[in-house]
Amino acid sequence: MRSLRSRYARDNVVLVFIILNTVAVLIPLFIILGYVIVQGFNYISLDLFTKELGSPTRNMMGEPTGLVHTIIGTAVVDIMAVLISIPFGIGAGVMLSEYPDHWANPILRVLNDTLNGMPAVLKGLLAFVLVVKPMGSFSGLSGGVALAFVMFPIIARATESALMNIPWSIREAGLAIGLPRWRVILSTIIPAAKVGLVTGFLIAFARAAGEAAPLVFTSFGNNYLPVKWTGWIFGPVDTLPQRLYNLAISPYEHWHGMGWAAAIILLAVITASFAAARFFIRDKKQE
Amino acid sequence: MDNVIENKLRLETIGLSVFYGENPGVKDVSLKIYDKKVTALIGPSGCGKTTFLRALNRMHDLTRGAKVTGKALIDGQDIYDPKLDPVIIRRKIGMVFQKPTPFPTMSIYDNVVAGLKLVGFRDRKLLDEVCERSLRQSALWDEVKDRLKTPGGSLSGGQQQRLSIARALAVEPEVLLMDEPTSSLDPQSTNRIEELIGELKDQVTIIIVTHNMQQASRVSDYTAFFYIGSLIEYNKTTKIFTSPDQKRTEEYITGQFG
Repeated sequence: MRSLRSRYARDNVVLVFIILNTVAVLIPLFIILGYVIVQGFNYISLDLFTKELGSPTRNMMGEPTGLVHTIIGTAVVDIMAVLISIPFGIGAGVMLSEYPDHWANPILRVLNDTLNGMPAVLKGLLAFVLVVKPMGSFSGLSGGVALAFVMFPIIARATESALMNIPWSIREAGLAIGLPRWRVILSTIIPAAKVGLVTGFLIAFARAAGEAAPLVFTSFGNNYLPVKWTGWIFGPVDTLPQRLYNLAISPYEHWHGMGWAAAIILLAVITASFAAARFFIRDKKQE
Repeated sequence: MDNVIENKLRLETIGLSVFYGENPGVKDVSLKIYDKKVTALIGPSGCGKTTFLRALNRMHDLTRGAKVTGKALIDGQDIYDPKLDPVIIRRKIGMVFQKPTPFPTMSIYDNVVAGLKLVGFRDRKLLDEVCERSLRQSALWDEVKDRLKTPGGSLSGGQQQRLSIARALAVEPEVLLMDEPTSSLDPQSTNRIEELIGELKDQVTIIIVTHNMQQASRVSDYTAFFYIGSLIEYNKTTKIFTSPDQKRTEEYITGQFG
């Protein structure tokens, strides 16, 4: 009996140790969250969501300034990144998972791993060479391409592992009733892996949405709303992570505060997409 | 084996071998399968009976490093003709697997008609008819007719296997390959599937792999005994189970090994 009791005691010691570790990991996260909210909260206002930033003098003259151009710009650039990366990323994931014998498979795997491990700033450089140089100007589009390079390998990997989780027997069952291979993948495997695909996409999105480095010489940044709507795509565009940096290194106290407010918005967007990812995962477990 | 040529020939293999890398899983098997008969493939684990079965509808096409040599013919047509789309072969030669394989996201109805709906058949009335006919054939209709829209995965194991059979029958195959279809089922479900095989053989040619010798003797007209990748003996089931020609067949059937 004593030995059983001592085992329970040891079990409890280990449990307390694990809980303390978890708390230790979470403390910095809560400090960051708390600090950002405390610093930025007073700068959250209606103007922040409706006015553009303009030059530093604008605020000094007492005119209302905000980050509406940054918020819209972030949405535009992120949506372009999503539209570009989803078809390519899922396509690559299907290739990796479903055609292991294809000659292009190992090449794709190496390329994908390289892209995944490449520093984000180099992805910006890649988009600079591919889009900014030929088009002759910084643009929202090039920013979208740069972020697509961030999302693509994550989506491809997530797609691959989501599809690999579907038993091979389902594919054989589809083939055995005379379905072509692509039809089996499209109508039985991908729907079955839907939860994994959505989760992978949301994680990729959250990752890309927080990147500033790839945008420095692609979407470039902008203090103003564009004159014409095409400016969102073909002109320099402001984004939250990059604006946050620019505001933080500026010499103006008011801009520092706006930087904290931008951080709150960015954190909210990223937290929302991770929360959505968790929600989808939980949904799966209940089935 | 002279007394087995009285029926119409449907499928034939001539010197068929299946290699995994360098190793042959099936060695030089020549076998004639007769129309609208049940042929059982028996033998100890790893003897190549499933490998042989999967060669008949080109399931090895997807297996990395698998290679098939020799000939496999259906109605005289070469199954491995490089100009022939394997999809066409698999429409003719359906397959039911060891474990039930309902498509995870589909309803019972969609599972049954998948082979038609997903290649473009949209006629609702036709699909309804096919669904009912196939589920009746697989003796599942009465149990599921009121819940055709519920997920296929919600059925019990035995029902899922009958659903898999219904799905295979929906595309009206001429030959049905069954790879140990009852090995994961309880005795009652096993009975139902054995009855089903008896009812189906008027319409389709069935080749069944089984570990269960009683099952082979109950359901089949012909039996082939495989051992270490080779076909040892092939004859009418009654002959194999009463007076086999080969010593090894007799030893296996009487439970001395395997």
